[in-house]
Amino acid sequence: MPTDLELHTLETQPLQPALERRRAPRPEREFVRFTRLQRALHACMIVSFLSLATTGLTLKFSYTGWAVLLSRLLGGFQTAGYIHRTAAVLMFGVFSTHLYNLYQLKKSEYKSWWALLFGPNTMLPTRQDLRQFLATMKWFLGRGPRPQYGRWTYWEKFDYFAVFWGIAIIGSTGLTLWFPVFFTRILPGQFLNVATIIHSDEALLATGFIFTVHFFNTHLRPEKFPMDTTVFTGHMPLAELKRDKPLEYEALVASGKLEAQLEEPQPEIVVRTIRAFAWIALSIGFSTVVWIIYAMLFAYR
Amino acid sequence: MATRASRWAARLLGWAGLMTLLLAAAPAPAADVSNDDCLACHSDKSLTTKRGVRTVSLFVDGKRFSGSVHSALSCTSCHADLEGKDLPHATPLARVECGTCHSDEQKQHSHSLHGKAIARGDPLAPHCVDCHGNHDILPVKDKNSAVAPLKVPFVCGRCHREGTPVQANRKIEQHNILENYSESIHGEALFKKGLVVAANCVSCHTPHNILPHTDPNSSINRRNIAATCTKCHAQIEEVHRKTIRGTLWEKEAHVLPACVDCHQPHKVRNVFYTQGMADADCMRCHSDQHLKASDGRNLFVQVTDVAGSRHAKVACSQCHSEVNASRVRPCETITHPVDCGRCHEEVAQQYQRSKHGQLLAASDSNAPTCRECHGTHHVLGKHDPQSVTFPTNVPNLCGRCHREGKKAALRYTGDQHEIIPHYNESIHGKGLLKSGLTVTATCTNCHTAHMVLPRSDPQSTVNPKNLPATCGVCHHGIQEQFVESVHSATVTKTDKELPVCNDCHTAHSIRRTDEAGFKLEIMDKCGRCHEEIAKTYFDTYHGKVSRLGYTKTAKCYDCHGAHDIQRVTDPRSHLSRANVVATCQKCHANATRRFAGYLTHATHHDPKKYPFLFWTFWGMTTLLLSTFVLGGLHTLLWLPKALEMRRELRAEEAREEAEASGLARGQGDPAGEDGNHAH
Repeated sequence: MPTDLELHTLETQPLQPALERRRAPRPEREFVRFTRLQRALHACMIVSFLSLATTGLTLKFSYTGWAVLLSRLLGGFQTAGYIHRTAAVLMFGVFSTHLYNLYQLKKSEYKSWWALLFGPNTMLPTRQDLRQFLATMKWFLGRGPRPQYGRWTYWEKFDYFAVFWGIAIIGSTGLTLWFPVFFTRILPGQFLNVATIIHSDEALLATGFIFTVHFFNTHLRPEKFPMDTTVFTGHMPLAELKRDKPLEYEALVASGKLEAQLEEPQPEIVVRTIRAFAWIALSIGFSTVVWIIYAMLFAYR
Repeated sequence: MATRASRWAARLLGWAGLMTLLLAAAPAPAADVSNDDCLACHSDKSLTTKRGVRTVSLFVDGKRFSGSVHSALSCTSCHADLEGKDLPHATPLARVECGTCHSDEQKQHSHSLHGKAIARGDPLAPHCVDCHGNHDILPVKDKNSAVAPLKVPFVCGRCHREGTPVQANRKIEQHNILENYSESIHGEALFKKGLVVAANCVSCHTPHNILPHTDPNSSINRRNIAATCTKCHAQIEEVHRKTIRGTLWEKEAHVLPACVDCHQPHKVRNVFYTQGMADADCMRCHSDQHLKASDGRNLFVQVTDVAGSRHAKVACSQCHSEVNASRVRPCETITHPVDCGRCHEEVAQQYQRSKHGQLLAASDSNAPTCRECHGTHHVLGKHDPQSVTFPTNVPNLCGRCHREGKKAALRYTGDQHEIIPHYNESIHGKGLLKSGLTVTATCTNCHTAHMVLPRSDPQSTVNPKNLPATCGVCHHGIQEQFVESVHSATVTKTDKELPVCNDCHTAHSIRRTDEAGFKLEIMDKCGRCHEEIAKTYFDTYHGKVSRLGYTKTAKCYDCHGAHDIQRVTDPRSHLSRANVVATCQKCHANATRRFAGYLTHATHHDPKKYPFLFWTFWGMTTLLLSTFVLGGLHTLLWLPKALEMRRELRAEEAREEAEASGLARGQGDPAGEDGNHAH
């Protein structure tokens, strides 16, 4: 592959595998996968999601001693309630900022919604995703090679739309529960009971899915273990891009836009701070999963 | 029939005879009426007349009359209005004026309260005949006289005993007069010993000059009573020399106690005050600090103890009543402990019925007697802050035995523990001990002071049946609500045990109901009986946040009411259709009827009652499970491939490293350092 060779000449040192990035001297330049805004939104999403999850689950699992303890640590139920609603506002903010960003993106880069929604880098599920899913299943079962993924794999798209679905369902029911007097002007009072079940079970689904499947897909996969910092730094080593997103890499090389998307690595201190943050987020997520499993299996009522 | 017919015949004959006389010797001059003339008619036992509705016999027993003190008098001496009248005379006759002869007695009587009652027209007022009789009056000295000493108590008692119209309808301050008198030392002397000189009613009250004790001229007025009693008890000052200093009694009657202050008017008892023991006589020995009884008890009496006590005016011998003044050691005749019940009779009766009294009756060594709580010589009233029975001291007083580890607590088998510390921390204890509110409930307010009974006893004030009334003594408004509520036994007839005050508020650790502890525990309290409904409460928002320690959310009583709980179907219920919206609005201002449709006790485990919740829950659960199963499978299948990739990457890495180190060896140190660094 000539492009590959070309790329090698760009590098002054041989590429290091992802696992060794930390210890080896870092490559000069890295591929920029996420913009500053996208990274900020993801960070805000983490803060808001973890706050919502922990405060909300204390209420859902209020019958466990853990919930009582955690609620107390968070400053009592009332404070936990404030945190929950503040985080919800933040989440709505993240969501609307993203939508606004899409609108701007459409104006600046894609010119039309069609290009944005049905172009090669679309977030919407495509026929190719289905093919890749089936190919992946074959690969899992040892019946074929690893598929050549593009910029967004089908599981990444699934995660992305899970947020849309979650915000719609959890957000709407949450608002109903936040302003029950207002909503019962239109809805029957018993809808609040239904909303409670939907809100809490959907939230359980969201937390459970994010803290297990999403975590595994992006961080815990043995080849990325213990974490993938791309979404925080925005940078992805070129080797990883080639290995994980070969289609995107090839398209970039073919269009000659790759060079424009390479950047100096983040300063050491930034990376270290990001790692600390990510570690905290991951730990909270895992602890929450353990707590959920404990509450569901041993204390359920 | 025969008698009536014969009576009519006699009358007809009489009238016929009279008519003949009148016709024959028209207006015959009225001759002196002899007793025999009167008896001509009045010896007929069947002669009667009507007075009002009563039929009164007009029979006069000539034989008894001739034996009476008035036998020498003619009928008209008393029935003066018949003087010179024709016979048979018209009825009724005027009342006989005994005063014509007995003018002094008549005068006294008309000034007495009996006489004044007659003047008022009181139908119950006694006339001469009511006590003395009429035609058969005997001399007072005659033992058959109606007013002989032995009969006087019964003559007076005809009106002055329980159940008579006089005792019931007139203002008589003494009760059970005849009964008390007959048990008194005077009554016993008269009736049992037959001493006719023993004082009877008239000895104190006088026969005719009976005046109320408030009248300064009355024989039983405070100023005169000593004189009245000393008519018989001439040397009484000698006996009372220590208390009354001789003749002061009569000279300064207004400052000294009157006889009746100690010796109740009709209850005068000999056993109380044996031969007038004076305290100083006792203190001759008992002021010795080292005085010991044969069993080693210290018999020293601090004279100031008694002087400062409630019993300051009570003599030693009034309590230690078996003393005998004729002995050198008057106390050697004492065989029984002091019996407070002699004076405190009602209290003693209560005590005997109490658990404490029952234990004493069973000779239990743990049984507390009066002195265990009240002490001995230094008894203070419950209103004296120094007293052990002053409200603030009561918890410690009861705690002497009922504190954990003490004798009462050791034998107690119920479920109340740490009673005194719990009480001290309770709202009552804090009110009493921290806020110093002496009206706060102490042990005795609920358990009573003297009739303490275990909860299981139906007579007990803390028996579930009686508890609302006991608490209601202070919390009256609450009791009023409670007795109307569904929890009241008067409203709900059931075999199940209904809750009373202590089931929610506890017995001894009662807290303020606005404290977090009470608010958070109430659900479990209600849940003891309303198990299912409490469980479902915890399935909804209010219950969940309560579990997390939030006190401001709706608890059972916020919706159902606290003491005025009714069935939700009852229109008076806070949750009835008419009231429910207002109840929600207590917290959720602007709440609407739709809002009130929220199910506060909903559960998603009941497909029949709440199908939509049940199916929502299972729909969501299916969604969850299927997502997790798919996600989990995806992950599990991925895992081996990912591990494989990791191995490949490692191998590649090692290869590159080897290349790098080979390169480094050719190039020099820096790359070699890199290689080391990589490991």
